[in-house]
Amino acid sequence: MTNSPSRRLVLTRSAALVGAAGSGLLLPEWAQAQSGKIRVGLMLPYSGAFAPLGVAIENGVRMAINEQGGKLGGREIEWFKVDDESEPSKGIENANKLVQRDKVDVLIGTVHSGVQMGIQKVARDSGVLTLIPNAGVHAATRALCAPNVFRTSFSNSQPTLALGQAMVAKGHKKAVWITWKYAAGDEAYEGFKESYTKAGGTIVKELGLPFPNVEFQALLTEIAALKPDAVACFFAGPSGAKFMKDFAAAGLKGKIALYGSGFLTEGVLGAAGPAADGVMTTLHYSDSLDTPRNKGFRLEYAKAFKMQPDVYAVQGYDTGLLLVQGANAVKGDLTKKPELYKAMEGAVIDSPRGKWTMSKSHNPVQDIYLRVAEKGENKVIGVAAKALADPGTGCRMG
Amino acid sequence: MDFVNFLIQLLNSVQYGLLLFMLAAGLTLIFGIMGVVNLAHGSFYMLGAYLAWSLAALTGSFTLAIIFGTLLSVLFGLFLEWLLFRHFYKRDHLDQVLLTFGLIYVFEEMRSILWGDDVHGVTIPEVLSASIPLTETLSYPVYRLFMSGVCLALALGLYLLISKTRLGMKIRAGAFNHEMTEALGVNIKLIHALVFALGVGLATIAGMVAAPVSSVYPNMGSPVLIMCFVVVVIGGIGSVKGALIAALLVGLVDTFGKVLLPQVSGMLVYVLMAIVLLYKPEGLFKN
Repeated sequence: MTNSPSRRLVLTRSAALVGAAGSGLLLPEWAQAQSGKIRVGLMLPYSGAFAPLGVAIENGVRMAINEQGGKLGGREIEWFKVDDESEPSKGIENANKLVQRDKVDVLIGTVHSGVQMGIQKVARDSGVLTLIPNAGVHAATRALCAPNVFRTSFSNSQPTLALGQAMVAKGHKKAVWITWKYAAGDEAYEGFKESYTKAGGTIVKELGLPFPNVEFQALLTEIAALKPDAVACFFAGPSGAKFMKDFAAAGLKGKIALYGSGFLTEGVLGAAGPAADGVMTTLHYSDSLDTPRNKGFRLEYAKAFKMQPDVYAVQGYDTGLLLVQGANAVKGDLTKKPELYKAMEGAVIDSPRGKWTMSKSHNPVQDIYLRVAEKGENKVIGVAAKALADPGTGCRMG
Repeated sequence: MDFVNFLIQLLNSVQYGLLLFMLAAGLTLIFGIMGVVNLAHGSFYMLGAYLAWSLAALTGSFTLAIIFGTLLSVLFGLFLEWLLFRHFYKRDHLDQVLLTFGLIYVFEEMRSILWGDDVHGVTIPEVLSASIPLTETLSYPVYRLFMSGVCLALALGLYLLISKTRLGMKIRAGAFNHEMTEALGVNIKLIHALVFALGVGLATIAGMVAAPVSSVYPNMGSPVLIMCFVVVVIGGIGSVKGALIAALLVGLVDTFGKVLLPQVSGMLVYVLMAIVLLYKPEGLFKN
């Protein structure tokens, strides 16, 4: 009784299949892939406070691919763009626009860590090749890592993992940590805590304020009362400039050394003015990195886009380089996933920041530079940590 | 916390509270007199900061920038009132919210076209750039005290204007009974235009005065707007006196919360608001 309808269904469906095959609708997948363009989806912030970062990343990606004649493994590219608005609640929906509606072969995104978690879910569910050009959220290359997800930027604790040793080396053994109480701040603290205590430093107190509150005065008063050797912090964007200015205005500058994850001084040195002078930070790049590779890159970028590149442009550029290496290894056939991922895992990226490789959990193994802010520039003092990898705790590829 | 530190934190609270008051005063004024919910209030704050930055660069003087900036913003306020807001006084609050929410986007886009998306700093004028040493390690920037002074002066000016002058009397009368005031021969349209311009002026002055401390950057009005609404709601919508008391309360809770209860400091201000609303659903001072 249950048999006959299902058998009928099988029959009619087979008939439909035959018909479809006959009319060429069901060409083998590889044939379709080879004949069409590679579909590249960009999911980046094009509006709101992070819009300049989105633009810098897209410029970088395009520059790397244009250096290859604008092709990936010999195939033309069709671009798709979605503005993610740095809105975590729309993360999954926006990622699905690219993956399900536009059927992209590769998704590049994004800047905001909250949005990244949405992309991560879609990437894990769909298996689409996903490249992270900025967001440093730990889970993406730790507990929620995936064979098809590669990060070309940093993990949130990477810059601060290099900070502790540098501070103790300068004789600053008692420090206060201060940041926003949110995921990125907590993850940066994890790196600082590990490196600073390991190097023999003592964290006197951990201070925090709710994101994105910038009324620092109460906590600066607290710092003055604690009198540590140094303050280490994680702040980014305009608020970083405000923190450095308030720190100086409260009379702490010159008495207590100020250190930070490098994002403190990225893009805001002009706004911070002399208050930033002498602030020491650790990051995987600096605009003033004195290598021929970096100088050449900066010149070409400025020529092509009529603006100066920053760390985000470099991360975008490296995303492009990684994609090019992967696509070239499989001659543009991105459906050959095992070969593609193997090529990307083994890639050596000749970046403006210096050569770097992929860790087992798909996060860059890279040099972290120690920089000092001087006359509106992040001057490189040296390498704070060589070939630093994120521990990738809890990552099981499968 | 020893006694000296307690006093310094108290100073921090009052200083932050006064700044909040300056931000919220314009918002509560416009709502109290004309009944307009103005979500674009934060944009006027941003406008002020950008005006301070660009005019200071143009004229080379922060003082001149503030004078010209205030004039420009009052003119801008009058223009906006004439073009848009006067048609919305009698409309539903939802219409007003839609209008002013849309204006946020318009202002952000205009800011992007006019001034770009970069972060800028404004230099503190030489005379105000010093710091007063309070303890061995801590100094208090003179500019912060100057800001508090400006806020106090504005609060006093507003009080005198509204309760002691003829214009203030007309403003109060207009808020109390619109038709009757008009029937008595008061040009209520002009009064409304002036009050609106005053509200815009207050927000832009706040932005200009805060610019050297806060830096100037895109979207800087949105976080400010939320705190403004908290202050206005706690104080009682439309009450300038309530806004002052509420701003000082919020300053106290925020400052001491960060030091004493850091784990929950983000929540405390909203807890304060919830408690006030529980016992006084219309805020501390009903207009």
